Amino acid sequence: MRYFADWIIENLEFTRAIPSEYVYLIIMVVGGLLLLLFVVPMAGALTFVERRVAGKMQSRIGPNRVGPQGIFQFVADGVKLILKEDIIPTAADRRLFKLAPYIVFVGSFLTFAALPFSQKLIAADLNIGILYIFAVSSMVVVGIIMSGWASNNNLSLLGGMRSAAQIISYEVPQILSVLAVILLTGTLGMQGTIKAQGWAPQHWFLFHNPFAFIAFFVFFISAVAECNRIPFDIPEAESELVSGYNTEYSGFRFGLFFLAEFANVYVISAVAVTLFLGGWNTPFYLPTGIWGLLPSAVNLAGLITFLIKTFVLVFVCMWLRWTLPRLRVDQLMTVGWKYMVPIAFFNLVGTAVWMLVWGDKSIAALLGG
Amino acid sequence: MPEFRTEEMVLNMGPQHPSTHGVMRFVVHTDGEVMRVAKPDVGYLHRSIEKIAEKLKYPQFMPFTDRIDYLAAMNCNMGYAMTVEKLAGIEVPPRAEYIRVIASELNRIASHLISVGVMGLELGAVTPFLHAIRERETINDLMEELCGARLTYNYIRIGGVAQDLPAGFAEKTIEFLDHFVPAVDEYNRLLSYNKIFVKRMADVAVISAENAVDYGLVGPNLRASGVKWDLRRDEPYSVYPQFEFDIPVGTGEKGQVGDCYDRYMLRIREMVESSRIIKQCLAAVPDGPVQTKLPASLKVPEGEAYVRTESVRGELGYYVISDGSDKPYRLRIRTGSFSAMSIVELTSRGLMIADLVALIGSLDVVAPEIDR
Repeated sequence: MRYFADWIIENLEFTRAIPSEYVYLIIMVVGGLLLLLFVVPMAGALTFVERRVAGKMQSRIGPNRVGPQGIFQFVADGVKLILKEDIIPTAADRRLFKLAPYIVFVGSFLTFAALPFSQKLIAADLNIGILYIFAVSSMVVVGIIMSGWASNNNLSLLGGMRSAAQIISYEVPQILSVLAVILLTGTLGMQGTIKAQGWAPQHWFLFHNPFAFIAFFVFFISAVAECNRIPFDIPEAESELVSGYNTEYSGFRFGLFFLAEFANVYVISAVAVTLFLGGWNTPFYLPTGIWGLLPSAVNLAGLITFLIKTFVLVFVCMWLRWTLPRLRVDQLMTVGWKYMVPIAFFNLVGTAVWMLVWGDKSIAALLGG
Repeated sequence: MPEFRTEEMVLNMGPQHPSTHGVMRFVVHTDGEVMRVAKPDVGYLHRSIEKIAEKLKYPQFMPFTDRIDYLAAMNCNMGYAMTVEKLAGIEVPPRAEYIRVIASELNRIASHLISVGVMGLELGAVTPFLHAIRERETINDLMEELCGARLTYNYIRIGGVAQDLPAGFAEKTIEFLDHFVPAVDEYNRLLSYNKIFVKRMADVAVISAENAVDYGLVGPNLRASGVKWDLRRDEPYSVYPQFEFDIPVGTGEKGQVGDCYDRYMLRIREMVESSRIIKQCLAAVPDGPVQTKLPASLKVPEGEAYVRTESVRGELGYYVISDGSDKPYRLRIRTGSFSAMSIVELTSRGLMIADLVALIGSLDVVAPEIDR
C-alpha cells in the first residue's frame, strides 16, 4: 500500500492539489475495504471447505445443495445469520454483550493489515509487523472474556475464563518460539523475515537449524491453541459448555464470532508460512521500478505460492480438528507450562548458541561448504 | 488485605444440554472447574410405561417394550416375552430361540457402537462417532430386512418371533461380521489408543468393585469394575449355554480397574464377543416353526414371575403379577441405567466438569431407560 501511495503522489498530477496526508488516508481506507472484501468471503469459504473436508473424513458428503457442489452454502448461511433475530438475554449486560463480538472480529481482522500476500501486496509493511500481529490478536481474548461475562450465564462465564487462561498460557511459548526466528533475521518486519529466506525448502527457517525446526511445531501448536480449535477448544467445548462463551449469541453477532474464528485460522497459518516456510519466495525476481507495482507475473506467482502454503496449513488445522479429541483444562495447562514453555526457552537459547558458533549460516549452508 | 467472598457456582446441566443423551439433568456444584458434587435429577422422560401395561393385553404391550430402551429394543422385547412365557408356561420353538439370540446380539453390537461412538463425541472427537454409525447402519439394514423396522423392532413375540429369517439373511450377516471385526481394530487405532483419549479416560471416575455392587450397577459397568457377572453365563437362558464366548472384565489396562477407559474398552470387547456368538448361532439354527400357536385372547394363569436377562445396559428385569385375566395386574421393570445414574453423585465428587461428561458417556446411560 505504501509503495502504491508513494507512486500515486509522485506520478499522478491531480493528487498534487491535495495534501499528501489525505491521499495516504484515502489509500488506507480503500486498502482496508479491499482487505475486508478478502477476509469475509475467505473466512466464509473456509467454513464451507471445512464442512466438506469433515464430510470426506467422516465418509459422508457434506453440504452440496446450494450452487455447484454447494460452494454457495456459506453465502446462504451468512444471509440466514444476518436475517435472524438478534436476541439479547434480559439478564445480560447489554452494552458489553453488544460490544464483545466486534472486539473479537476487529482483533482478528486488524492482523491482516500486517500480513503479507506477495512481494508487493501488503497493507502496511510495519517494521514491527510481528509484534503488531501478536499485540492486536491478543485483543480477541478481551472480547471473549467480555462476551462470557456479559452473557450472565454460568456456562459462558466458564468458557470465557477458560479462554483467558488458555490464551495467556499459550501466548508465552508462541512468542518465545517466534523470538528464535527474530534472532536469526534481526528484524521484526514480516517482509524482511520472508526476504531473509529463499524459495527452496532448504532456505526456509523451518530447516535452518534443529532449533528452528522444533520452534515451528511449538509455534504451530500454540497458535492452534490460541484459535480455540480442537484439540484445544475447551472454551467452546460443545459437550461440556454447550457452546462456551458464545452460547447466548445469535444472528449476526454469532456470525462475527464465527468469522473471527476462521479468519484466525488463516492468520496463524499465514504467520507460520511467513516465519518458517519461506513466505511468497519464488525462483523469479521482481522487475524494479514502476512495473514492480503493477500486477506482474512474478507478483502473482508469489501470491499463489503464499496462498497455497497457507491453505495447506489451514487444511492441517482442519485435519487435526476432525481427528483428535479435546484435552481437559488441567491437561491443557500441563502441556502449555510443563512442555511448551521449557521447550520454547530451550529453543531460544539453542538458537542463540547456534548463532554464536555458526553465525546465521543454515544447515544447508554448512553442509554445502 | 481485603477479604474476598467466594461461593460455589451452581451449574445446571440439562435437561437440554448437548451431552445428556436425551433429557437428563445434573445440578453441578462447582468450585471453578472442579466439581464439589453433581446431583442427577431424573424423571424428565417418564412415560408411565408400567401403568400402560396394566391397561393392555399381554401381546399388545410388546411395542411399548421397544420404547424402554430404544437402542436395545430387541433385548427389551426378549425379556418381556420370556417373562410372560414363564408365567403362562408357553414353549418356544427351538428355531425361534436361535433367531432371538441372533437378533439380540446384533442389537447389542448396534447399541455398543452408539455408546463407544458417543464416547468420542463427548470428548470432542466427532469423526469416530460417524465411523461407528456407519457400521451400525449395516445392522439397521439387516434388522429392516428381518422385521421391517430399524429402531423399534417389535419383532420378538410371546411364544416365538414375528417372522422367519428372510432369504439370504445369514449370508449378509456373516458378510457384515467379517467386515466388522477388522473394522473394530481400525476404530481402536482411530480413537481407543489415541493418546489424548487415553489421558482423558484413564484413572478418571474410578468405581471400585465394592461400590459397583453396593449401588447395584449391572452389565458392562459392573464388569468394568472387575466383577465377572454376566447373566448369559451365570444364569443361562435361551440357547446361550450352547455357545462359546468370553466375558470381558475391566483390567485397568491404562489406569485403574473401573475407570472410564475400562468401561469404554469393555464395550469394544463385548462387540467382538457378540460377533462370535452370532456366528456360532447362525451355523446352528435348526429348521422348524418360529411361533407357537397361541389362543386369540391370551389368558395368563394367576401368579407372579420375575425374569432377568442380560440386556445391553445390563440386567433387565420384568416382574409381572397376573390375576388370571388377559391383562397384567402389575408390571415392574428394573433397568440398568437407573442404578447407573445413582452412582454419579458418589463418583462425581472432586472430578472436573469435563470428567462428568466422560463419566456419563462411559456409564452409557440412556434417558428413556432411566424413567420408563
